[in-house]
Amino acid sequence: MSARLDVGPPTAPANGPAPTTPGTARTRPRRHVDWGRLYTWLVLAWLFTPILFMAAFSFNDPAGKHNITWQGFTLRWYGDILAYPDLTQAMLNSVSIALLTMVGAGTLGTLLGLALGRFSFRGKQLTNLVMFSAISAPEVVLGAALLSTFLMANVTTGYWTTVIAHVMFCVSFVAITVRARVITLDPALEEAARDLGAGPFTTFRLITLPMLFPAIMAGGLLAFALSIDDYIITTFVSGDVTTFPLWVWGSTRVGIPPQVNVMGTLLFAVGVAMAVVNIVMVRRRS
Amino acid sequence: MRNRKATPYLLVLPAWAWLGMFFVVPIGGMLSLSLTTGNVVTGFQQTFEVGNYVDAVGTYWEQILRSLSYGACATLICIVVGYPMAYWIAFRAGPYKSAYLLLLLLPFFVSFVLRTISWRFLLADNGIVLQTLKSIGLAPADLQVLNSAPAVVLGLAYNFLPFMVLPIYAVLERMDHRIVEAAHDLYAGRVRAFTQVILPVSLPGVFAGVLMTFIPTSADYVNASVLGGADNIMIGNVIHTQYLVNNNYPIAASITFVLMGLLLLGIFGYARALGTERVMEVHA
Repeated sequence: MSARLDVGPPTAPANGPAPTTPGTARTRPRRHVDWGRLYTWLVLAWLFTPILFMAAFSFNDPAGKHNITWQGFTLRWYGDILAYPDLTQAMLNSVSIALLTMVGAGTLGTLLGLALGRFSFRGKQLTNLVMFSAISAPEVVLGAALLSTFLMANVTTGYWTTVIAHVMFCVSFVAITVRARVITLDPALEEAARDLGAGPFTTFRLITLPMLFPAIMAGGLLAFALSIDDYIITTFVSGDVTTFPLWVWGSTRVGIPPQVNVMGTLLFAVGVAMAVVNIVMVRRRS
Repeated sequence: MRNRKATPYLLVLPAWAWLGMFFVVPIGGMLSLSLTTGNVVTGFQQTFEVGNYVDAVGTYWEQILRSLSYGACATLICIVVGYPMAYWIAFRAGPYKSAYLLLLLLPFFVSFVLRTISWRFLLADNGIVLQTLKSIGLAPADLQVLNSAPAVVLGLAYNFLPFMVLPIYAVLERMDHRIVEAAHDLYAGRVRAFTQVILPVSLPGVFAGVLMTFIPTSADYVNASVLGGADNIMIGNVIHTQYLVNNNYPIAASITFVLMGLLLLGIFGYARALGTERVMEVHA
């Protein structure tokens, strides 16, 4: 995934000419229907259909165990969100694992991205190759490989093996996001800081880190999203620990309670909020 | 300043250690496990049993072929649906580019499993979509969508579409618009400017997108389980069952390696055709 897209300032593209393309100017006045826009929104509608369905049914008042036909509007499930202790625990696990992944993969990935973007060193090609493989390897392979190794090393799978796995598959994404930003930084700024007597750590803290902050945040956000969404790798390495997607999967046979829809909807709302905050912060900083 | 040479190594060391211990070593571990014999009760002995691979391919070739063809179909759909969208966002969305990209990524905040299950409810025989189509006479009354190959392929295309759009967008967005202008100045019409200028430049993005969708779709098992029913089992389902239900680790590990080998073959074919650097660069 091209994570660098989240980093650039939204209004002014860093490279390439101004956003007005020659085609636009020529065709706008004559055309009344922007088919491209219509098409894009249709595809977006396809992407959001199951989410809207899920959100709508968080307000449904189902008659039996199966929450699939519309019966009537209620806010009951929002008040009764914690009715299933297992589900609550699964959600808490998901969120805490995602936060730990954000911090872990964020730290390791930032350092790695900094090294890849700024320095040339032995093993750089190999590092790129490993990162490329880790990103493109199918989840089922990553999960199976980790489980094989945990089995052979007699490690009991559970909460911490899940965190380990999530940090592993998120590191490369963060590193790529940070590297993209590091490449665009002007080294003269750091040199200026050093000329003014700042040591390497002061320079890093006062100059490099603030400039990298949007990329680190975008990378961390990505790691959080990847972690909280993950199902396949988690099934392999989580042992007896249940996360939100695992709990949902397990409850499909007996009927998914509306509380799942509520939590999914709230999670989606958090995503929307984080996206908005990200846009605002990037815009303010640029 | 003094230890400037050591700096990059200090920076990469933690990530190296992590990726080495939990990615590179496990792949080796799985290779070793795939060559063992035994069962959960007696334990697994390293016997370099290559026969596991023969067993794996002999028993599951059908699922392997099905997975690759479902993956290919889903990837094709993603190209056809995703390319125009990437094109429009890159060239026509103006200042709202990043807003559209965020819209594209927002569905990821709802668990992939939950979205797929949502489709199951939407497409159920008595679900909203089919019920509506049937009541207005647009679909035959006995139409079933769930538990079919098209349902799985559509589910896969749905789940991985953003992975196709993003790399194509990235290439188009970085493209120098002056060359399109030059094409127009040389009297190339819109179609020729597209086929001879824009499309060739964007191909690396399409190739990267193909990697990003074909690999995960052909290895997926969530869509096959939720939307496909018993007749559309994919190789991912087999791996999952052999590992977590049957605990038949040697066979499970060999199937995983066969899958990985087939996908790696594809990647290397690509890398040879395009140059590794270029694939990875676009990928990034």
